[in-house]
Amino acid sequence: MKPPKFSYLRPNSLLEALNMLAEYGDDAKIMSGGQSLIPLLNMRLSTPGYIIDIGRVEELKGIREKEDAIVIGGMTRHVDVEKSALVQEKCPLLTEGIRWVGHNQIRSRGTIGGSIAHADPSAELPCMLTALRGEIVIVSSEEEMTLSPEEFFLSYLLTSLEPNQLIKEIRFPKIKKGSGYAFEEVARRHGDFALVEVAAVLELDYDGTIADAKIALGGANSVPFIPEATEEFLIGKLPDDSIIKEAATLQLDELDPEGDIHGSKEYRRYLSGVLLERALYKAVERAREGVIA
Amino acid sequence: MSNYTVKIKVNGKVIDKEIESRWLLSDFLRDKLGLTGTHVGCEHGVCGACTVLLNGEPVRSCLMLAVQADGLEVETVESLAEEDGTFHPIQQAFANNHALQCGFCTPGFLMSMKNFIETHPVLPTDEEIREAISGNLCRCTGYSNIIKAVKEAYALKC
Amino acid sequence: MKQFVGQNVKRKEDYRLLTGSGRFVADIRIENMVEAAILRSPYAHARIKNIDLSEAKHYKGVLDVIVAADLKGNVKPFTEFVEFTFPPQLEADIKPTIKKNPEPMLAEDKVTFVGQAVAIVLAEDRYVAEDALALIKVDYEPLPVVTDPYETIKEDALVIHPELGNNIQSHFEVKVGDIDHAFRQANHILKTRIKTPRVSGNPLETRGVIAEYQERNQQLEVWSSTQVPFMVRSYLSKLVGLVEGNIRVVAPDVGGGFGPKCAVYPEEIIIPYLAMKYKRPVKWIEDRLEHMQSTRHSRDQVHDVEVAFRNDGTIIGLKDQFLLDNGAHNSFALCCAYNSAAHLRGMYHIPNYEITGRIVLTNKTPNVPYRGAGRPEAVYVMDRIIYMVADKLNLDPVEVSMRNFVRPEQMPYETGIFYRDGANMVLENGDYVKSLQQAMKIAGYEEFRQHQEEARKNNKYIGIGFSSYIEGTGIGPFEGAAVKVDTTGHILVGVGSSPHGQSHETTLSQICADVFGVNPEQVSVRAGDTSLLPYGVGTFASRGAVTAGSAVHGASKQLKEKFLLIAGQMLGVSINDLEMYGGKVSLKNSPSKFVTLQEIAQAAKPGPRCKVPIGIEPGASATYYFVPPTVTFSSGFHVAVVEVDKETGFVGILRYIVVHDCGRVINPKIVDGQIQGGVAQGIGGALYEEIIYDKNGQLVTGTYMDYLIPTAMEVPEVEMGHQEYLSPHNPMGIKGVGEGGAISPPAAIANAVCDAMRPLKIEINSLPISPNKLRSLIEEAESAESVLN
Repeated sequence: MKPPKFSYLRPNSLLEALNMLAEYGDDAKIMSGGQSLIPLLNMRLSTPGYIIDIGRVEELKGIREKEDAIVIGGMTRHVDVEKSALVQEKCPLLTEGIRWVGHNQIRSRGTIGGSIAHADPSAELPCMLTALRGEIVIVSSEEEMTLSPEEFFLSYLLTSLEPNQLIKEIRFPKIKKGSGYAFEEVARRHGDFALVEVAAVLELDYDGTIADAKIALGGANSVPFIPEATEEFLIGKLPDDSIIKEAATLQLDELDPEGDIHGSKEYRRYLSGVLLERALYKAVERAREGVIA
Repeated sequence: MSNYTVKIKVNGKVIDKEIESRWLLSDFLRDKLGLTGTHVGCEHGVCGACTVLLNGEPVRSCLMLAVQADGLEVETVESLAEEDGTFHPIQQAFANNHALQCGFCTPGFLMSMKNFIETHPVLPTDEEIREAISGNLCRCTGYSNIIKAVKEAYALKC
Repeated sequence: MKQFVGQNVKRKEDYRLLTGSGRFVADIRIENMVEAAILRSPYAHARIKNIDLSEAKHYKGVLDVIVAADLKGNVKPFTEFVEFTFPPQLEADIKPTIKKNPEPMLAEDKVTFVGQAVAIVLAEDRYVAEDALALIKVDYEPLPVVTDPYETIKEDALVIHPELGNNIQSHFEVKVGDIDHAFRQANHILKTRIKTPRVSGNPLETRGVIAEYQERNQQLEVWSSTQVPFMVRSYLSKLVGLVEGNIRVVAPDVGGGFGPKCAVYPEEIIIPYLAMKYKRPVKWIEDRLEHMQSTRHSRDQVHDVEVAFRNDGTIIGLKDQFLLDNGAHNSFALCCAYNSAAHLRGMYHIPNYEITGRIVLTNKTPNVPYRGAGRPEAVYVMDRIIYMVADKLNLDPVEVSMRNFVRPEQMPYETGIFYRDGANMVLENGDYVKSLQQAMKIAGYEEFRQHQEEARKNNKYIGIGFSSYIEGTGIGPFEGAAVKVDTTGHILVGVGSSPHGQSHETTLSQICADVFGVNPEQVSVRAGDTSLLPYGVGTFASRGAVTAGSAVHGASKQLKEKFLLIAGQMLGVSINDLEMYGGKVSLKNSPSKFVTLQEIAQAAKPGPRCKVPIGIEPGASATYYFVPPTVTFSSGFHVAVVEVDKETGFVGILRYIVVHDCGRVINPKIVDGQIQGGVAQGIGGALYEEIIYDKNGQLVTGTYMDYLIPTAMEVPEVEMGHQEYLSPHNPMGIKGVGEGGAISPPAAIANAVCDAMRPLKIEINSLPISPNKLRSLIEEAESAESVLN
């Protein structure tokens, strides 16, 4: 289990990185934290000619507030997000969910851009980003563009990222005042990839009805799934037991999870309903408690 | 470039060496520097035996290329005890509590816990300790003595 | 006089292991060494039509590439491991059929499981060696594959090894009493199928071998991550045709074994041979992907069992037919299978018993004894049965268990069969009733039942389950120890057993220290090296403390006697007037007159100053081989308290209790550590671990992402209670403890989960209890109930 031969390139600026991508893109792999790429190299499942290590590109690091969003550079590590007071205050869903990413030794190297670009449908970040209706900013030496998660995540481990592009930053909308949020996940062991996960943000009106609902399910489809009909169903309703239970199973038929040794397709589909119900309860409870000031 | 000259501060000493860029940090430490206290258990980032500190933070050295550590600081298990051989409190606590059997996974636990204790100054709950060590597999001890050792390390530190 | 046996003496092993100065095989570097990488079969069954090595051999940095043809005439094929064959009286009793089918060194014309070694690259480092692996072109012709134990015994199944005639490699029967009569007398008969899946012992250190050959003295040095260096030496000598005395096999620090490193692997023969052939040191360190595929797996039994019982829960007969899915090769005779048969009735008095075992071959990795070696499988069967009988009769399982125990007054209890070592299998002592009561008291059984009722009302599903085990521990044939006192007065102990986490250096020094009346710090223990003693066996089967401990005790006593004789000579008194303690031999009635161990050791040297009485060999050493008359039976109870998330099917362990008897305890902390660690592995088997192959024989659980070893989040702290019934079979009364912790968790946890779900009736007769599986069982039970209503 040793990596195959490759040429190692280490740009010091975004411009340099993009130029390298433009030159070697087809035969190059971007390495940010390397926590998904290096296992693939060690198993020789990936054999790129070039590795472009963007670890020293400072422009791609950092967490800042911009208007209604928390903007996180692609090269920002999980641990930095986990410990960020800004994220905790403005987008606590992210703080809660990111603790489910691997273990601390992984989170101290793994990056937000890396997780998003890897596009594992059961990974936490793509699910949270989708629930929050965030945006992904991608750049090449020629252009910069902003994509929605639906435009970006195409299928299992597949994104719309072209060989000459990389993720510059990710925008996570702040959670509005009066909202509640929840991240629910089950995995065989702590730190394993999720069997299923749910990220939900519910905004309550003064009368206690749901003003807005944003939900995504991970591990339930080849890309994070937004249950739009469920969200619409919830809006305007008073979230009592019967409403939550009905909402939780409304769109289960539309889920098409991959079955594997840890859980069959049917089980994961069923489990999605259980976790969605739990997430909705928790989000409602938190909204009522007024956790977002 | 398939070869690269790196400058890495390892256990306080600056190492200047040319290395093939595909070499893993774990292999670099073990084979090129003779620091065999860092053990390799799975080489796909699950078992945690190869955990070292990179700029003070725990990382899996099997999931890093040595070149990525260029210009940075690495600490391995060999750096824990004092020069006269006196144990670091975490080592002492492991010895006091029979927190190791075969000892293969132990360096990874020690390095993870060194960082954990430094960054969590208040004595954590058992559950928090369990979570903190959940990225390190041990096949011998069943963990409970490791948890006791971590708690004792807090006491020894004072 | 202070005794160290029974004390929590701190481990001598820890300093090096905590400071990174331990030495595991992979840590060894030798000048001019080459590294090996092994090409392994990607097919479960295929004919090898051609292997093209030209490109690989010419790759820069490659020394050579070796295939089966290169070994012909130089390395003999494996024979069956004679160490695991049965004594004649046992063979005569159970009349087994055993067909020989040992593993080939390297696959020659066909491969029979994924991961089988096909070719070996030697190169300047492992990176280059792996580059060259990718350049070897093997032309495989895939053959049909059989992976299911029931499929493989069908008349028309493809035969994996045509020379064997079919895929049933071994067969045996054990009979006690009159089974038909018992079944006629029974009020009830219950029949079920109970399955223990294939798992992997998975020590954190993989296998590894380094070999160096020195031409100047024809000395072959081998370092291997093994539990049995003497066995490796013996097969190296036999198969490579070397003088045994010229081979030294060392097991340095070994990072866990648990069974998979017990016995010899092809790599342990080939790598040393290649070091001789190329006159360069050769290193091979298995990586984790190789380990998952090619380090032998274990368990994998299916039992079709029938039990005959009375209305009051008394079990009067048990019939069982089971299959052990062995994978493609079996070199271990009936080892695990017979252990299962011998231990299945456990601590229960079941006078009529008939069991048929068949070891069957499939296109999977070969099987090996792993911690418990056939007992976890048997215990899972028996204790599920206790619960099923209780369920059927609406009795408390504790009551059913109590009704069937072998009672203290029946001890020593003849089980009516032979043990694996050929002796009558006799449970020598213990009080199972008291032991279970103790466990249930710690668990707070009565209060738990009330609490459970309350919890159910709040849709909280908690349950309690127990399991019992007996285990024949400390199997022979022998173990050796050599004790000597050097001229500085320091005591050196060499043993034939070979630790990998068991703390031999500490516990054996405690035993020796007590005999000499010194502090354990004055004793150094060395193990895992064939140069220490002429003969040795190894560390497995919960035998270290029993056999090596007894050997150290015996050798120390012999040397002590000799030292007293020498001291008598030195002080001019009879040895009856002397006593030894504190590193001295002194006059009983005049303690100021003494000689030190150092002085005695110097006086033991041959020559004019020698004080060894005439007629006795000079020298300050003694060697003793302990030959146990038979095994000694440890026993215990495990109690699991679990909570089931009924909606998701996840099981959490709230409490785990073990009450056990391992005879004399040498070091309580170390014993508790063995139990806690064993339980962790048992929890793995109960809830997480399973080696899975798909129908093409591809390994699905080939990484640590898929093969789930419990982390600290999954393993609770075990609450322990101790019983100490000293074994009559060795001088210190020791019974083995290494495996016990791993034997009962699957049964205890499965029983607890079933209990948690009551009144819903679910039966967990296969493992692991994954959330998916448990949800399915709950759904089935609920729909069965709604049909009934």
